[in-house]
Amino acid sequence: MVDYKQYHPAWGDRSPVIIGFLCNWCSYRAADLAGTSRFGYPATLRDIRIMCTGRLDPTFVIKALREGADGVLVMGCHPGQCHYEEGNFKAMRRVALLRRTLSQLGVHPDRVQLGWASAAQGIIFTETVKEMTEKIAKLGPLKWHDNNHDASPHLPPLPEKEATHG
Amino acid sequence: MSEEEKIGVYICHCGHNIAGTVDVEGVAEWAKSLPNVTVSKDYKFMCSSLGQELIEEDIAEQGLSRVVVAACSPHMHEPTFRGACSRAGLNPYLFEMANIREHASWVHQDDGEAATEKAKSIVSGAVSRARELEPLEPFRAPIDETTLVVGGGIAGINTALEIANAGYKVILVEREPSIGGHMAQFDKTFPTLDCSACILTPKMFDVGNHPNIELMTYSEVEQVDGYVGNFTVRIRKKARMIDVDLCTGCGDCWERCPAKVVDTVYEAGLGYRTAVYRPFPQAVPKYPVIDTESCIYFKNGRCRACEKFCPTDAIKFDQEDEIIVTSVGNIVLATGYDLFDSRRLPQYGYGRLANVFTSLEFERMTNASGPTDGKVLLRDGVTEPKSVAILHCIGSRDKNTNDYCSAICCMAALKFAHLVKEKTDAEVYNFYIDMRTAPKDYETFYNRLMQEGTHFIRGRAAEVTDAARKPEEVGKLIVQAEDTLIGKQRRIPVDMVILMAGMQPRHDSQEVSHRFGIGCSDAGFFNESHPKLDPIATMNAGIFIAGVCQGPKDIPASVSQGAAAASRVLSLIGKGEVEIEPVRAHIDEDRCSGCRICNNLCPYNAIDFLEDLAVSRVNPALCKGCGTCVAACPSQVIDGQHYTFNSIMSQIEGLLWDVRPNGEEKVTFQKTEPV
Amino acid sequence: MGDKPKLAIYWASSCGGCEIAILAIHEKILDVADYFDFIFCPCILDFKRSDIEALEDGEIAVTLFNGAIRTDENLEMAELLRRKSQVLVAFGSCATEGCAPGLANFNDREQMMNFIYKDAPTVVNPEGIIPLEAIQVAEGELELPGFWNTVKTLDQVVPVEYYLPGCPPEAKWIEALVEAVMAGELPPPGTVVGMDVTVCDECPREREEKKISHFYRPYEIIPDPDKCLLDQGLFCAGIATRAGCGALCPSVNMGCRGCYGPNEGVIDGGAKLISALASVLDANSPEEIDKILDTLPDPAGYFYRFGLAHSMLHRTRLEMENGQKMAAQIKETPRLDPKLKD
Repeated sequence: MVDYKQYHPAWGDRSPVIIGFLCNWCSYRAADLAGTSRFGYPATLRDIRIMCTGRLDPTFVIKALREGADGVLVMGCHPGQCHYEEGNFKAMRRVALLRRTLSQLGVHPDRVQLGWASAAQGIIFTETVKEMTEKIAKLGPLKWHDNNHDASPHLPPLPEKEATHG
Repeated sequence: MSEEEKIGVYICHCGHNIAGTVDVEGVAEWAKSLPNVTVSKDYKFMCSSLGQELIEEDIAEQGLSRVVVAACSPHMHEPTFRGACSRAGLNPYLFEMANIREHASWVHQDDGEAATEKAKSIVSGAVSRARELEPLEPFRAPIDETTLVVGGGIAGINTALEIANAGYKVILVEREPSIGGHMAQFDKTFPTLDCSACILTPKMFDVGNHPNIELMTYSEVEQVDGYVGNFTVRIRKKARMIDVDLCTGCGDCWERCPAKVVDTVYEAGLGYRTAVYRPFPQAVPKYPVIDTESCIYFKNGRCRACEKFCPTDAIKFDQEDEIIVTSVGNIVLATGYDLFDSRRLPQYGYGRLANVFTSLEFERMTNASGPTDGKVLLRDGVTEPKSVAILHCIGSRDKNTNDYCSAICCMAALKFAHLVKEKTDAEVYNFYIDMRTAPKDYETFYNRLMQEGTHFIRGRAAEVTDAARKPEEVGKLIVQAEDTLIGKQRRIPVDMVILMAGMQPRHDSQEVSHRFGIGCSDAGFFNESHPKLDPIATMNAGIFIAGVCQGPKDIPASVSQGAAAASRVLSLIGKGEVEIEPVRAHIDEDRCSGCRICNNLCPYNAIDFLEDLAVSRVNPALCKGCGTCVAACPSQVIDGQHYTFNSIMSQIEGLLWDVRPNGEEKVTFQKTEPV
Repeated sequence: MGDKPKLAIYWASSCGGCEIAILAIHEKILDVADYFDFIFCPCILDFKRSDIEALEDGEIAVTLFNGAIRTDENLEMAELLRRKSQVLVAFGSCATEGCAPGLANFNDREQMMNFIYKDAPTVVNPEGIIPLEAIQVAEGELELPGFWNTVKTLDQVVPVEYYLPGCPPEAKWIEALVEAVMAGELPPPGTVVGMDVTVCDECPREREEKKISHFYRPYEIIPDPDKCLLDQGLFCAGIATRAGCGALCPSVNMGCRGCYGPNEGVIDGGAKLISALASVLDANSPEEIDKILDTLPDPAGYFYRFGLAHSMLHRTRLEMENGQKMAAQIKETPRLDPKLKD
């Protein structure tokens, strides 16, 4: 197991978890090809096969982050090569707007990434996962749940120095 | 509903492929703890008949309502296991595959622990997704018995003939004025030295006269819609400026045509043709075309010599392109290749040093009907070379150009060496990296050449130059190479150099692959469905590939692929109907608010807006199931079958089984009725 | 009187508009008064918390609870009323989805206190005085209810039977609810009282196929009164917002703000707005996409104006990536990698 503490102390013993959305025709096959070619990459990606990145509902991305993923990687066919003509453009637009929205809520845009790999590009797929893993490793765990549930009703009182008046 | 599901989980060892890295027994044991899992087993080879029977028995005896097999990629064995479910009476769409080989064991071979943990996540995700799957029925559609074959080279010709001979209609579309392809340009074929024209011409003739083949030359497919069994294609028949009903192919027109241009296609730039021309004497069809770019009349409005001399008044200067829209059931692409442009490697001097020729130029030169009447001559058209160098791997096996092997050049180079020897007294030097003569009888031909006295120098030529260093090099082309067998640099002065240019995908192959909705490798060769087990089919059902458009290969291999493609088409036609994956979008019209967000998103125009009801509707025949509209619908009333919102949300939860916060609520929803 | 079912109305973190909205049912209020024993409504009735505490558990038939939960007191009252009520209704946007109070979740408590009491341009507070939860004075300890870091919705703290969204809820849906209660025909728990279509369904504007190449702010253009506002580049959340209001805002040339929350079955309304609007952007290259998106400043504000607290996002992260306190949002707008062009 890789020691991710070297990237960020908060990892402790655990590894980054990245949810992948791979399109059936290009990137999922690129991942298959990486397999048949035995191109190793970090065991951080857990992928979901969708027919096209056009199926990517931003709800899925938020869901993944909320449920414990540290990042989300969306991969499709190269522009102009989408099996469904232009689903990947829709994915690109959605990811663009989603990242803007998430960044306003303090989620680093690197946590949601978009990339392309054709069915023949096992190596590009592999490299993309490696790069993303490293970026996420450096950012540290997202800890979405801890963040939301820090909202405990029983907060400590505000700092004493402010208490000049009642 | 999902609470009552009984899920069977089967973890495949795949011999050592999975079990060598992943603790499959451990995963199978662990999977028993997942919700709804009633059976969890591991087995050596799930895809074997015994493995499949295991599933079938459990469905029957344990009443499984969902099946998850953790094995290889769904692209490999999803159909296999769906079949097993089906046989046991379980709807095949209630099966889910967990890819723990390509996506786990094979990519994390150095870390069994990580691979095992990842395999657990993948299985957990698949189980969660399986819980939300819904039974589906595949659509059935009749198959149109007409087949479209694109490309009239030897592969396309063979495909067309095989299908037509079986009694079904074929539309053969060829971009050039005649079918024949590259093979029509050759003189001899290796290793038998058959006359290329002698074996090809009868086949071309058969195509031209076959009652089941509609030949459309000088035509291109512009648009393809529809799906397997039911494609609609739009073909542009370019204006020939010839009325083929009147033309007899007599040749009066091209004999009288005053406009001469270099023929860069058929003569590979080595010869000339007229503006109105028939590419070669055996052309099928026999009718000429007018190349409007070089025709004098089209340039300055005068001449019309051909028109004056045509005995049947077949010249029609006002002819326009014709658009033909027709339906076909299957499509075979056999679009062939382009020759590597040797100018891209200036060190070999092509285009700069007159007596450097490309392989295709040399083919034309040795062809009895070619520009030199089959004589091997230098560029001056009179001198016979006394020495010839043949350089292998031009634009092949080279990281700077194409890194793949073009497969045919070694044999073609041997053939050239033989022809040079046969036609001249010249010394022949072959500069090669490795001799690749794998198929049957090819090695014998190589041995024969060695006996014929051809010099073989093992080493990629570094340069061809006319800069002489020694008196004997003056006026010669000097080929510089390292002879790796003797470990020395050699300079061989020759009169003629032949560059064995490699095969490249057609310049527009990316565009064509996009038009037909099939994949294309980085280089530009069309992607087959499976490199070993399904090299003819593509990812787009009903579209097949044959010949060099799939990858470099020689004539026998192209012919075989053509026949194989025909057989695939015939088996579909024979079946009469196709089953189409029911992965489709569906709009709940009662709940559609008519916002029209989805209307513009469908690349297949499958979404109609019904003005009177103010709702949108998906036409299932046009929908291909990409899910773009499903994701975009802001009121979430478009259902994407098999990739439903709930199934993906559930899969996310499953994949994150180990990092999910405890007690996190399930967010899949059950619809409630408003008051 | 004692035989009549008891009705309670409570006001947590909210503006008070919901109480007024109840009056919009006009003469129906007489039937309500007739049918129910109206026992608790702090803004109009003198009935104390201790009186509620004295009731048996489940003695209140229906409680209409409006307002979000952001203080200890809000929580205590929510828990108390939950215990005492058979049916607890999240009444109005604040209780249902967080609404305007929920926008506090874009900050944390400290940021908010600092701004409101010190940094806001209209505040004069040279001594930097900030309210405290407890302070010792001569007479003893004075307490204010604990003020939370995060605003929550009612159903995030106690189980809720029904939801009645809207800021404020429309009279016809209040009517529908009280009538259902009076008729004893209660819908299944979890029901949102309203429609299961979006605002577009009720909006009379004419819609075209959508393609957006520029977002306009309302002051930038005078919209055509008959055409879909979104088609004209004006942000309108109507496409992803539950119908029920009768398309009030669009009918006065103002894009829907989204107060009725997401449509039935939608888990995160903001995510659906992102998906839908991004899909119809008229651009395919990274640069062009970013250029159009630059015309839509503060997307999170638009998409989560009413629903942030109840959305999956819930609140802004409290910690920066480097472990520091999330003092400010990420300043730089993320842009697409130009390499994504091919």
